[in-house]
Amino acid sequence: MVELTIFALGILLIDLMIPRGWKWINAVGAFVGVLFAALCTWQIQSMLPPRGLFGFYNSLLVDRFAIYFWYLFLAGAAISILISVHYLDVEDEHHGEYYALLLLSVVGMMCMAAGIDIVLLFIGLELMAISTYVLVGFLRRDRRSNEAALKYLLLGAFSSGIFAYGLSLFYGISGSTNLAIIGRAVSAQNPHNPVVVIALLTTMVGLLFKIAAVPFHQWAPDAYEGAPTSITGFMSVAVKAAAWALLLRILVFGLFSLRSVYTPVIVIVSIATMTGANFAALTQTNTKRLLAYSSIAHVGYMLLAFVAMGTSQPGSPGFLDGLKGILIYLLVYTFMNLGAFAVITSLRQRNVIGDELDDMAGLYQRAPVESALMLLFLLSLAGIPPAAGFLGKYYIFLSLIESGHYGLASLGVLYSLFGLYYYLKIANSMLMRAPMEPERLPVSLGMRFAVGVTALATIVIGVYPEPFIRSVNWSLGIAQSPHVAAMLK
Amino acid sequence: MQSHILSIILFTPLVGAFVLLFVPKENKDAIRWTANIFALAGFLISLPLVPMFWAQRFLPGFKFLEGTPNNWIPSIGAGYNLGIDGISFLLIMLTTLLGWISILSSWTAIEIRVKEYYVWFLVLQTGMLGVFMALDFFLFFVFWEAMLVPMYLLIGIWGGPRKLYAAIKFFLYTLLGSVLMLLGILFLYFHHHTVTGVFTFHIPALYQTAPLIPFHYAIWLFVAFFIGFAIKVPMFPFHTWLPDAHVEAPTAGSVILAGVLLKMGTYGFVRFSLPFFPAVVSHPKVQSWMIGISLVGIIYGALVSLMQKDMKKLVAYSSVSHLGFCTLGIFVLNSAGLTGSVLQQINHGISTGALFLIVGILYERRHTREIVEYGGISNVMPLYATITMIMFLSSMGLPLLNGFVGEFTILQGAFTANWRWAAWAAPGVVLAAAYLLWLYQRVFFGTVTNPKNEKLHDLTPREILTFVPLIIMALWIGIYPKPFFQILEQPVNQLVQTIHNNSNANAPVNAQVAPAPASQAPVAVAAKASN
Repeated sequence: MVELTIFALGILLIDLMIPRGWKWINAVGAFVGVLFAALCTWQIQSMLPPRGLFGFYNSLLVDRFAIYFWYLFLAGAAISILISVHYLDVEDEHHGEYYALLLLSVVGMMCMAAGIDIVLLFIGLELMAISTYVLVGFLRRDRRSNEAALKYLLLGAFSSGIFAYGLSLFYGISGSTNLAIIGRAVSAQNPHNPVVVIALLTTMVGLLFKIAAVPFHQWAPDAYEGAPTSITGFMSVAVKAAAWALLLRILVFGLFSLRSVYTPVIVIVSIATMTGANFAALTQTNTKRLLAYSSIAHVGYMLLAFVAMGTSQPGSPGFLDGLKGILIYLLVYTFMNLGAFAVITSLRQRNVIGDELDDMAGLYQRAPVESALMLLFLLSLAGIPPAAGFLGKYYIFLSLIESGHYGLASLGVLYSLFGLYYYLKIANSMLMRAPMEPERLPVSLGMRFAVGVTALATIVIGVYPEPFIRSVNWSLGIAQSPHVAAMLK
Repeated sequence: MQSHILSIILFTPLVGAFVLLFVPKENKDAIRWTANIFALAGFLISLPLVPMFWAQRFLPGFKFLEGTPNNWIPSIGAGYNLGIDGISFLLIMLTTLLGWISILSSWTAIEIRVKEYYVWFLVLQTGMLGVFMALDFFLFFVFWEAMLVPMYLLIGIWGGPRKLYAAIKFFLYTLLGSVLMLLGILFLYFHHHTVTGVFTFHIPALYQTAPLIPFHYAIWLFVAFFIGFAIKVPMFPFHTWLPDAHVEAPTAGSVILAGVLLKMGTYGFVRFSLPFFPAVVSHPKVQSWMIGISLVGIIYGALVSLMQKDMKKLVAYSSVSHLGFCTLGIFVLNSAGLTGSVLQQINHGISTGALFLIVGILYERRHTREIVEYGGISNVMPLYATITMIMFLSSMGLPLLNGFVGEFTILQGAFTANWRWAAWAAPGVVLAAAYLLWLYQRVFFGTVTNPKNEKLHDLTPREILTFVPLIIMALWIGIYPKPFFQILEQPVNQLVQTIHNNSNANAPVNAQVAPAPASQAPVAVAAKASN
């Protein structure tokens, strides 16, 4: 695990260096750090044995699944950094800590994706969470930001406590902190043993809180609205992807034997999530809040794929397509959602907050290219082909059909109509209304780059998804060796 | 050897849209010229397809196949596969013709955001052509949905006063249909895997397995597809988006909407619903429901048309009535009905497309579509009045014009199946004559009562040019429809054969023994041979 240590140290070294530089040097340093981390990941990937590498006394397992998520986190972080430069400039809050915290939270995420020891998983989770608490409240002079951070901190700490309680019960059941051993110990138990059920439910509360599923979603709209927009984007993709990685690690790779217990809960949660989020999003007038609810709705769709997995045999088409669906969804979501947030961020000017729906009015005149790309992101979020979002939707509904959940599938597609409606609300005000202030919108270079990259990814994944599907297959070991199925036994 | 003519036809408009992006926004005439050149090129390029297709019109199966199955996304079994038969051939020719005419007709009508307008219009053109050409369900679905976006923007940006409402309504309604259809497609795809062990969206492959689906599943799949297509057509209870969309859309948008977009629904019935679920469609109960709502659509659309005060709304409701004839022809399930239905789809594209152009011309001059605002127009615009008369007569089904041939064949098919169906449909023809002639009388006859109408100028050469091809086609189909019947003969007979062979398939007993339907075998052979 030399490489991993080297690159983690690399990030930390850069962390130490950046506060001293000029404003933009911080960003460049952070960006280089991310690239360096990606390079190291690539090196690990090239020497990876099929079953993965163990590290830190077997508490860390760098397998293909982890590598896939690492790339996802790094891509999310890199794009967020590009967006942040302009935003922090406008807010006059250019501090090195911002980027340091961003990178630290990525380190936390990496531990979450690669950990197979519950202690490490918890440490990773907290590292990520605490960094994001601070980032949410980074605008010290903005009351919304402070309020959001406090709310997020209180609720987040509470859920972490419940989560830790669940993990401690599992430790009690199995006598080990290793997820594989816990899994084996639990599968030997009766799944309806009250202690196991309580441990499972409390663990799930923590996980569902982190992915912001209804009814544990209350923090999300406030935190998303109050946080600096660049952080909102980061939270909605990278932090969410990390929470999903953790959820999959624990519930699928660790506790799959309990699926008969947790799947009914997930069914209810997913229906509640889609319902609550879609209805709430319909009436929003703040773009950030609207996208916050929409991102909760997307969690609902991903949970549908999780239901499909939980109700089919490991290795059957329904199971594999559900798992692939979640991974692909997170991939496309990273790009399309960050793209949308990048456009919203560019609306933030010196004396305009720019996150109300009215601020989008007439964007086509003020920034024609950005508004066209925003339309692309919105359509992608609504799942209209050939944008990438369709691919995620495709896999999720396919897995539901394959596992026989016709009712849930119909419900899901009906809710996607709600989604289209509120995305079109943004598109309408952007393309079909007269602008409030006619002058052209100045868009910084980094921002252009971020919007361009995310748009390109959204189109390429949508039009030619083959290599991306292959990489997901690779990360799940479906193509060469069925190591996922092996892990589950 | 593969011919790439379909791909060339398909992507010419898209290339045009791309080129347009580099024309400066301020130079409106350059934009108009570029768009028109590409639109005309799109039409001209499709013309060589006519003799090429004519030579093979009696050969079975899909022609001009392109691409091998699953070559696009092998991991999920989706391919870039194109191919046409007589039905899609006619619709493609209609699309390229109407696409050119609509773009030509927008020259003076569109004054704001000209560049975007033409870009979206050309993108729309590619989307529509793709729907008719795709032989892969994934590809089909991509075109089917992607095409909604430009149409939504055309209505929403260049539309009338209630454009936002109409645009969202259009998008939501049609998306509702298509997402349900998506579930149906996914079921077929998975079912194909269960039967054969292969994941593929290749439509000829799905033709083999879909009829094996047990009836109690097939009926729900049929419903899912039905909702998708019925909203698009639109059939009677699903039609409410249509008047809004038509009234608010710009003229060219209405032409394309009526002329081509609505045909996607009927095309979907012919291409997918009938061969995929033969036992369901030939089930007496399902069939009488389908015929029933078609008949309601015919009469209801015509009655509502009678009462309209707005010309465009009148034409919009008349579409509901005319499309009722098309679905009636489809669901009588015999070759006369199906042939008539496809022909009537082409006729409707020609006549109703022309009617929208006619309304658009008056609107461009007076900026109102209220019938009471007009009267005596034939005195000030004689040429316009003549052309309008021809197109009205074609739309109401006068012999020697195209509408007659289509409606007559449909009624003949309906009569063979059950004379009561024909008897119920016939009043639709009479009512069509009533609302169109009454409209003509109110707008064109008499003296000019409204002083604002005295100074109206007659058609410009460009406007005449938009009508010439439509009139030629109307006369051709009306006087000598034999070539069209020949083109449709093979695919329609094959379809009827498929339904006949499988009418008691979808049953679990037959699922074990049912061989691949004989008439389908050549399709598979042809597909293989071309690879």
